[in-house]
Amino acid sequence: MITLGIESSCDETAIAIVANGKLLASSVSSQHDVHAKYGGVVPELASRRHMETIAPLLEHTLGKAHLKLANIQGVAATFAPGLAGALLVGLTTAKGIAFAHNLPFIGVNHLEGHINAVHLEYQGIPFPHVVLVVSGGHTSLYEVKAFGSYQLLGATRDDAAGEAFDKVAKFLGLGFPGGPHLEKLAALGNPKAFRFTRPKFNDDSAFDFSFSGIKTAAALAFERTADKTEQMKADLAASFQDHVVQFLTDRLFSAAAHTQAKAIVISGGVAANGHLRETVARPATVAKLPHFIPSRHLCTDNAAMIAYVGEQYLIRGKRSPWSQNAVASAEVGV
Amino acid sequence: MNKREIPSLEEMHAQGTTFAQSLQPGTVVALVGPLGAGKTSFVTGMAKGFGINAAAVVRSPTFTLINEYHGRLPLYHFDFYRIDQVAEIERLGVVEYFEGQGISVVEWADKFPEIMPKQTIWIRFEIMNAQTRVIYITPPSPSYLKRG
Repeated sequence: MITLGIESSCDETAIAIVANGKLLASSVSSQHDVHAKYGGVVPELASRRHMETIAPLLEHTLGKAHLKLANIQGVAATFAPGLAGALLVGLTTAKGIAFAHNLPFIGVNHLEGHINAVHLEYQGIPFPHVVLVVSGGHTSLYEVKAFGSYQLLGATRDDAAGEAFDKVAKFLGLGFPGGPHLEKLAALGNPKAFRFTRPKFNDDSAFDFSFSGIKTAAALAFERTADKTEQMKADLAASFQDHVVQFLTDRLFSAAAHTQAKAIVISGGVAANGHLRETVARPATVAKLPHFIPSRHLCTDNAAMIAYVGEQYLIRGKRSPWSQNAVASAEVGV
Repeated sequence: MNKREIPSLEEMHAQGTTFAQSLQPGTVVALVGPLGAGKTSFVTGMAKGFGINAAAVVRSPTFTLINEYHGRLPLYHFDFYRIDQVAEIERLGVVEYFEGQGISVVEWADKFPEIMPKQTIWIRFEIMNAQTRVIYITPPSPSYLKRG
């Protein structure tokens, strides 16, 4: 089967083609010279940008895969969660293509995409496994019992980890996106220079996260330091990053132990963080727990993961109705 | 102007809950203040006031730009932190939300005061120390004052 996937839930327009679980081509608007066609002045966060981008991006992606629209056998698009206006652009395009070419159509939850992106690179990851989806918009832990069978174990109660990275990077005067810049600065700093405390939850929530408190503590520590030297900024970045990474890692391994997982997976934009990758590797080796982290282009928002999940459902005979609408908020595994 | 000192996170939640219970459908609320001043925590409390299971659902909308929660009244939770141009807000359809029957609450609203309706209730957050925050409400809603 050859499946087209479309993703437009937030800032990125993305299109990919997957054939029987293998990635043929994947394009993301921000990484592509489609911008140049519009003079480089493209509104950042608008559904209009998705509309302007989607047709040339489709053509470009088909070209990369050496395919024509007539070769496509199934169509998938993100239907949730995200901005309704943005989602509708991808969803309507996908439905239009499927309807016009008489192809099966399926709507895919963006989070289910992140949970499964790893399968495009690694075969035979054992079930059950635990997935940490960690990005600018999400920080959630799932138990995956089989394809399509998910249990949400915990999630952030306030800010996502990637959002905290971006906000700390901003007050440190670093560029956007904050994550990579903060990681670079942190490499020059002492991770023990500043101490942060972990959030305590009153109720039973062993796998929930919170990053608002540590973001605030870092901001206050920065405000209070009179002499804001480059070394002080590097120390603060290193201490903040280490605290967040240790928190994520501890939660991930206790979730793995709790569910008797046979593997762990990290996905989402923050999975590109080198300190997180290193920190997770050590206990994974000790616990003899195989761990899998997809490449950066599959961790950040992309359509390959949407095409993958869509194809798996289409192969299993599942379809979405033409009436499938965009849904702003929809968790997986609750 | 109504000034309140908020000594803890729990109290910030409680203030949000009490405030929410005083609101009429269609109210727009603007939240202003530095990072970590308690804006999202206040909204968590507001959601509880509308009968929404707050701990489970209220998350920062910085990345998603708009979060919607459905309780006794729909609560639309916006964040302008990541937005650079007023045109982007217009394209998001924010004004249509403002004109609806739900409660709209906007973090970092002072970035684009020109698009906020005249009747907006403005709440300013200040950080006094690690625990304590101060909030100023303009204009104070009469029923909120009564509840103390």
